Amino acid sequence: MMPDLGKYENIVISAYAGALFLLCVLIAVTLWQGRRVKAQLNAIEARRDD
Amino acid sequence: MLEQKQKESTKKPMSIWEYANPTKFLRLSARLLPVLWICAATFIVGGLIWGFFFTPDDYRQGSTVKIIYLHVPSALMAINAWFMMLVSSLVWVVRRHHVSALAAKAAAPVGLVMTLIALLTGAIWGQPMWGTWWAWDPRLTSFLVLFLFYVGYIALWQAVDDSDAAADLTSILCLVGSVFAVLSRYAVNFWNQGLHQGASLSLDKEKNVADVFAYPLYMCMAGFILLFLALVFYRTGTEIRLRRIAALIARERRVI
Repeated sequence: MMPDLGKYENIVISAYAGALFLLCVLIAVTLWQGRRVKAQLNAIEARRDD
Repeated sequence: MLEQKQKESTKKPMSIWEYANPTKFLRLSARLLPVLWICAATFIVGGLIWGFFFTPDDYRQGSTVKIIYLHVPSALMAINAWFMMLVSSLVWVVRRHHVSALAAKAAAPVGLVMTLIALLTGAIWGQPMWGTWWAWDPRLTSFLVLFLFYVGYIALWQAVDDSDAAADLTSILCLVGSVFAVLSRYAVNFWNQGLHQGASLSLDKEKNVADVFAYPLYMCMAGFILLFLALVFYRTGTEIRLRRIAALIARERRVI
């Protein structure tokens, strides 16, 4: 399954791991912040409607 | 007469400026986002699997050529995110649409991460290929300055309390930083003493990378563009809601 990366195996794997880790952190933080803010706004609007 | 006037007003062609209305923007992004997320994931996962598993090694670079599928799309977005921020900032300066300023604010962290990925993958590739992690080459240096501009831009948004003043100041910073966004794209063309090679893909066919590497690369580039759009739409929605929260809280305080 894994392609033969030869002597540069560590180099290629670390580039992929580093880049994908940063992308995942960016997406996770974006979604987490978005959900938190949405819930906060809903709570304030519900309070106003009361 | 009135009826006729009403009919005329409903016939008015849709204008892009309608989406400067936060509610309309949120409605549009709710419709677009599922499609954008799915397409971005499909293109990125597909492109990376194709590039990583099903492309041959380069005769000089060996398997390190596979880093191109992350390095080129992230560098592309690092530069173009700044240009998107520049356009939104100018729209804010000229037309004072808050959604536009918030879209620029929302795009900055995405651009920052893209710049970081480009710098990181470039350094990891450079170590075995150039014999060094880093060189003060024109393109690398202008990319590093672009990275610092992203950090400064985000810090400036946080530092100014009044959101309109923050939008004004960051717009000007964005305009100044554009010099480095342009340099990171074109420095390689006019400072020929640099280490960094020329464009991997361009409309000038003679210089392009071989098709076997280019097709998965196009797919990854499309994926990164779609991911950028999805993230910016989502994050702009978050910024719009944050602004609404601030307005509601301020109104509540006034009532009390």
